[in-house]
Amino acid sequence: MSLYQFSSPATFYALAGRIAPWFAGAAAVLAVTGLWIGLVIAPTDFQQGEAYRIIFIHVPSAWMSMFIYLVMAFWSIVALSFNTRLSAMMAQALAPTGAWMTFIALWTGSLWGRPTWGTYWAWDARMTSELILLFLYFGVIALRNAIDDPRRADRACAVLTIVGAVNIPIIYFSVYWWNTLHQGASVSPTGTKMQATMLSAMLVMAVAAWFYAVAVALWRVRAIILERERGSAWIEGLPGMARA
Amino acid sequence: MLEAIDLTARRGSAVLFTRLRLRVDAGRALLITGRNGSGKTTLLRILAGLTQPEEGRVTINGEPAYAMRAHMAFAGHAAALKDELTVEENLRALVELSGETATVEAVRAALVGVELSQQRELPARALSAGQRRRVGLARLALLPRALWLLDEPATALDTAGLRVLADLVAQRLRAGGAVVAATHQPLDLLADRTDSYALQ
Amino acid sequence: MSTAVATVPTEPDYGVLAAVRWAVARDLRVALRSRAELGVQLLFYVIVVSVFPLASSPDRALLAAMGPGVLWVASLLASLLALPRLFASDFGDGTLEQIALSPYPLPALVAGKALAHWLTTGLPVVVLAPILGVQYALDAQVLAIVAASLLIGTPILSLLGGIGAALTLGTRGGGSLLALLILPLYVPVLIFGAGSADAWRAGLSVAPNLSLLGAGLLITLVGAPFAMAAAVRIALD
Repeated sequence: MSLYQFSSPATFYALAGRIAPWFAGAAAVLAVTGLWIGLVIAPTDFQQGEAYRIIFIHVPSAWMSMFIYLVMAFWSIVALSFNTRLSAMMAQALAPTGAWMTFIALWTGSLWGRPTWGTYWAWDARMTSELILLFLYFGVIALRNAIDDPRRADRACAVLTIVGAVNIPIIYFSVYWWNTLHQGASVSPTGTKMQATMLSAMLVMAVAAWFYAVAVALWRVRAIILERERGSAWIEGLPGMARA
Repeated sequence: MLEAIDLTARRGSAVLFTRLRLRVDAGRALLITGRNGSGKTTLLRILAGLTQPEEGRVTINGEPAYAMRAHMAFAGHAAALKDELTVEENLRALVELSGETATVEAVRAALVGVELSQQRELPARALSAGQRRRVGLARLALLPRALWLLDEPATALDTAGLRVLADLVAQRLRAGGAVVAATHQPLDLLADRTDSYALQ
Repeated sequence: MSTAVATVPTEPDYGVLAAVRWAVARDLRVALRSRAELGVQLLFYVIVVSVFPLASSPDRALLAAMGPGVLWVASLLASLLALPRLFASDFGDGTLEQIALSPYPLPALVAGKALAHWLTTGLPVVVLAPILGVQYALDAQVLAIVAASLLIGTPILSLLGGIGAALTLGTRGGGSLLALLILPLYVPVLIFGAGSADAWRAGLSVAPNLSLLGAGLLITLVGAPFAMAAAVRIALD
């Protein structure tokens, strides 16, 4: 059994269907654990009171928003180098989840900013960079929707994702530069030293977010495979498929 | 010289052709026929290296088609003329783009050969469809390439234009070149050197 | 039909400079024949810059603070406005196919097109900006810095924008889609470009901003042509 077998959409469809529920289940368990540690066990923060607890969603989603984009860029490079369909479909499946993670990071960050800094949006370097990352995700999704031919869309989005990935460090650097010139040092997410329980809660939530993203991406790529491979013989043979 | 091996191409979700094999030898012409929408243009573009087939490959003298593009001339649907430039400027720019150096005399002689020397200084937007096609023929005359790939070359040409086309193709074949033309109209080329391939 | 040798036999020169020269010469000639279109683009820049104070107030201190930013944002918008033209006309009349099939290196040909685009869009902005900057009560040194930052930055806009223009060839959504794709990539150019004038006004050195812009230009000069060429091939596929 070689790894190349799994680059066929048909085989991967079955595999994804088998492993996605495990990731989803693990994500649920980890999320409950992480939230338990973060909301119940971790102590009240010395400076920020109870409001700081939103970082247990904010920070993991921000990490995932970056990580998913890098994974998309990886699959895009594979798709362009080997001209494979499945890697492009994986990148296509990841984009909406990445955008959601970015949006959640922005939303929770804004909610956290209100009690902490007194404003919903403070042009903090990290948040501004997240906002631009959201625009990068929207760009890839919009380009995918604008091109009818799926193969051309695969390749165009792959190029765009790679160009975006190369630019992300530059964008982050420039936004930090701009921020330090105008507002002084940017605020770190906790402001205080992280207690062990806080750190472990964040890490557990980060893994939960990661497993969630994997499960959702696998389910979404199954839907993409069905849509793009329609008419193939193996789809006709799936249980539950109505005969045309 | 030109060989297509196991080509598969799709348009959207419809498969145009699968496991298609073609071979064109030096000194021969191949006509690709078929109804509109049968994939003639797609096949021609794959042969030129413009479009990637879903599967299969195209070789010219053993090398991938795209690597051999210095040895081919492709004439697509559109005549590749900029409306703002004159006929002569357009022709010269196209020939230079293909890597040849065109002298003023050669360009003018080519325009004489397609009966467009009167229109030499006109902007290309002033040309009729048939005249634009003839500029394309003048361009082919100036590019002594081993392989010509022509997409619907007879479109908009009158009898005189068709004669020029037939002469150019005959010259190319006699000089040892090869010509592949996609056409839905009957084309009168050198019958004894011409094969036909019909797409369903 | 003459059967004599039609072209002067020369050593094939498929070099980068020849490719750039071909693309710049042809694109400039085409652009200068449609002078009206170029004029309209520059007028757009003038109008956008002139309209901003009407939306706030003509208070001199406020204008001086927002001047460099407005000059920069307007040049971004002007660049975006002109970008679809970079490849669309060649795509429509079949020239882009010939460019892709040319023995000249495609990255060099598209880089030449981007250079011609900059000469007709970016360079006039570099010349106009100091003149328009007078409306914002900016003194001569700030105007010079704005012009210098635009001189280094606008080529980056043309090169990065060319990638977006090639990716969106023939798609629905046209110019707005192009803006969505490209504006995030423009952000660093905007920050370092407009930031140079701000640094001067804050009493800091402009050297870091301008050198970062210069480094960005070099990186883009090297990388963008390849991304543009890949995008063109994808669009022609």
